[in-house]
Amino acid sequence: MNRLRGWFVAAVVLGLMAARCWAGRAVAAESSDSYGVPQVKFINEQIAAGWADAGLQPSADATDGEWCRRVFLDVVGRIPTVAELNAFVSDSSVTKKAELVDRLLGDEYVDEYARNWTDVWTTTLIGRDVDNDMVSRPGMRQWLRRAFSKNLPYDRFMEELVTATGSNTNKEGVEGFNGATNFLTGKMEEGGVQATAKTAQIFLGLHVQCTQCHDHPFNNGKQNQFWEFNAFFRQARALRRFEETMDVQSIELVDEDFSGEGGDPNEAELYYDLKNGLKKVAYPVFVDGTEISKTGYLPGKTAEGNAYGVNRRRELAQLIKASPMMPKAIVNRVWSHFLGHGFTKPVDDLGDHNIPSHPELLDGLAAEFREQSFNLKELVRWIALSKPYSLSSRSAKGNLRDDPSLGEKPKFSHFYLRQMRAEELYESLLTATEVGESRVGGERAAKKKDEWLRQFIIAFGTDEGDDSTTFNGSIAQVLMMFNGELIKVATSTGKGGFLDRVATAGLKNSGKIDAIYLAALARKPSAKEVAKANELMIARKGDAVGALQDIWWAVLNSNEFILNH
Amino acid sequence: MFQTPADMNRRHFISHLAGAAALAAPATAFTNSLLANAADIKKRHKSAILLWMGGGPSTMDIWDLKPGSATGGPFKQISTSADGIAICEHMPSMAKQMHHMSIVRSMSTREADHMRGRYYMHTGYVPNPNVEHPSYGAVIAHELAEQVPELEIPPFVSVGGGSVGPGFLGMTWAPFVVDSNGNVRNLDGGIDPVRMAQRLDMLATIEKKFIGEKRGGSAEDHAKVLDKTVKLMTSRQMEAFKLMKEPEAVRERYGATGFGRGCLMARRLVEAGVPFVEVDLGGWDNHAGIFPTLQNQKLPELDKAMSALISDLADRGLLDDTAIIWMGEFSRTPNINGNGGRDHWARSWSVVVGGGGFKRGVVVGETSSDGKEVVSEPYSSQDVMASVLASLGVSLETTFTAKNGRPMKIANSGRVIRELFS
Repeated sequence: MNRLRGWFVAAVVLGLMAARCWAGRAVAAESSDSYGVPQVKFINEQIAAGWADAGLQPSADATDGEWCRRVFLDVVGRIPTVAELNAFVSDSSVTKKAELVDRLLGDEYVDEYARNWTDVWTTTLIGRDVDNDMVSRPGMRQWLRRAFSKNLPYDRFMEELVTATGSNTNKEGVEGFNGATNFLTGKMEEGGVQATAKTAQIFLGLHVQCTQCHDHPFNNGKQNQFWEFNAFFRQARALRRFEETMDVQSIELVDEDFSGEGGDPNEAELYYDLKNGLKKVAYPVFVDGTEISKTGYLPGKTAEGNAYGVNRRRELAQLIKASPMMPKAIVNRVWSHFLGHGFTKPVDDLGDHNIPSHPELLDGLAAEFREQSFNLKELVRWIALSKPYSLSSRSAKGNLRDDPSLGEKPKFSHFYLRQMRAEELYESLLTATEVGESRVGGERAAKKKDEWLRQFIIAFGTDEGDDSTTFNGSIAQVLMMFNGELIKVATSTGKGGFLDRVATAGLKNSGKIDAIYLAALARKPSAKEVAKANELMIARKGDAVGALQDIWWAVLNSNEFILNH
Repeated sequence: MFQTPADMNRRHFISHLAGAAALAAPATAFTNSLLANAADIKKRHKSAILLWMGGGPSTMDIWDLKPGSATGGPFKQISTSADGIAICEHMPSMAKQMHHMSIVRSMSTREADHMRGRYYMHTGYVPNPNVEHPSYGAVIAHELAEQVPELEIPPFVSVGGGSVGPGFLGMTWAPFVVDSNGNVRNLDGGIDPVRMAQRLDMLATIEKKFIGEKRGGSAEDHAKVLDKTVKLMTSRQMEAFKLMKEPEAVRERYGATGFGRGCLMARRLVEAGVPFVEVDLGGWDNHAGIFPTLQNQKLPELDKAMSALISDLADRGLLDDTAIIWMGEFSRTPNINGNGGRDHWARSWSVVVGGGGFKRGVVVGETSSDGKEVVSEPYSSQDVMASVLASLGVSLETTFTAKNGRPMKIANSGRVIRELFS
């Protein structure tokens, strides 16, 4: 703790020295540069062409502090510490943004990077519901953490999820653990209807679930396409494995020969109900019309040594990998993560009926992503270093009408405000208060976070297990920020805690207020804010730490804190 | 007016919060309304209660039975307190209340996906990537809130489910989501009122600065929700959420279930002046084993709570001012599938309405003998919404302006279902 305190004082003092030289300084011309990265150049050109077409003027660049806060939130899922912030702001190198992105994507932050993207993908792959006994969140997370720690190429990432076999839970006595199975274990009911819908939606950007019961009324989806896609999942089964006590111990995802309704794997027919009550047969056909063998047998060899059979999910993974939709879907998703809006809305619907805002940019980035061996960190680097990502969230005269919330297609002429995800808020509070323990994560920290997140989850009562969150700017969220346990901890004045350290670091009052602002908002207070803060100092009389607590509470509750800007 | 210590504390708190709201303009309005003695809302006001059946209930097993048909399933029908209306045998208590309600048996919609259907039935619009439409709760709260200026709790409460959001009407009309036990989390931080007011004052300074920097609507929305939260924290009307204030016999009548408690809370909230309450009952997505699930679980829970709510509202003279809507996102296939379940079906189904200005005890429309077709004039989500609004006296000429500046007719220009009004 002493060591930590010493570090903190150093950081604050260093921070103030640095702060003096950067206050108000505009970002230098480097941001129009593409850092010698051709993909960044491509993004900048395409986006600028969009501005020219629409007659929009981009906003000025964000301040260094704003950009730094933004990139920490988006890459590692939390705001920067005061030390990290000051190191960036006081750096006068013209390539400092590229250097910071490199660091955030490098070994130094690998655990935090993995924690952040594990959070994002856990929600994408298995939703928020923490009570589904067909799914092990720890198992899912364990696999995701490993995947992101070693920057598993995205095609392999998809393939391992789509073709996974093994047990979903990592506990004693369970053999063959493979956390990737959790993507599908909870989606195998009724012949894998959910597995079909979610695989198409997440990895191909196609909404096929509407065509389950009928042809789609206004896009080209046909009912047979749903069931032909579904046929790829018919060899997969999720089996409950029991303990001696008869409690479910784990779920095992296995592939078995698929016999179809006639009981013969040579036929392997799957029937679905037409709207008129008749039945129709379906065999595995990919969304682009590619057929694979109709056999329901898994690969094997006859006594004579002749190979037969096919593993349908493996075939599917190969087809997804070869599809132009796969890189488009992930590029759109990652772009949306960083810029607040995808090229389409919803971000996972790239069907023909849903024209992207920047089709050439999307196609070009998708092609580059394939070219660069589906390297997710490269994709992150291109987007994080791009011009649109560097812009201020303050609208300018020339771009007031660029507002996707008005139903316009996004032009990215300024940064769009968005609220932190609940996970980002949680990690940011820990960071801002410098409670180091959970920064990196690990399963214990993740479970604690799950418990906290539970208060915001609303289930919709359907078999699809879809859910929503009240962490969306609602009263429930504000009440949590006003009075919740997490805020009580974050604003506690206990010895050795954040506020105590600020109070006892030997700073003047103005320095203390600065420290609080930098920690939460990555900027120094305005004159008006200093005046208000001083009123509080006076009102609390001699209780310096009490006054800091009030200011800190107000800062954490502000729009500026909760909104990624 | 007696003064309890708690009451004094509240007034103390409020007086210190004067001017502490995050937005300057609403601050005075809100302070004034708080300082006026706002304890109870006595004058008449209109409300609506939506009983939302998440997952898509099989209406041909509940409100429009087809006994003897191949698609009909095993349930029998029983006669009810409304002349000529028969419903499912597993709804015996509702059978005694049907003179208060009417059934629309000629719903025909096209959205048979949960998310799309939920959105469509809540808003009257199909999902559109360019605009988010306001849901029932947001629209009705928006239109009726001025009848109850003394209301301090949010005008749109969703019990046990998330409902659908306020769309372009903005976060101030978002559902206030509570669980069916009425526990509002984090309501009290135990902070001294004087200090809390000072903190809010500091907070208002930061909020205003950021709003002034023109970074987009969510900055201002945040401040508005802050104001609403402060209002709610200081309100005695929060008592409406406390079901334990009800006699045990009453609680027992609604049933010791989530939905039972939700319905009882809906009654208390309507009494407190809340214009719109949604109560969720999920679990209707019965792709397998539908009949035992309905008979043993879903229908008993529904029957008990819904009948208690209607009879209670009627007994208290509230039913004429309270519209009730029972519906899900769609219904289920007339054909029974291989797993003894029914799948998603939107082409022919029923919703139930009552109370408010609705004509009661009538059946509107008809389906074919196997339940697969509507054989009378079909009605849509927009039509139901228009009818509900009409039953509350909301003008159907009301036009909203979406964020993009486009005019949007309330209820998507739905037609009022004539037979529901005499």
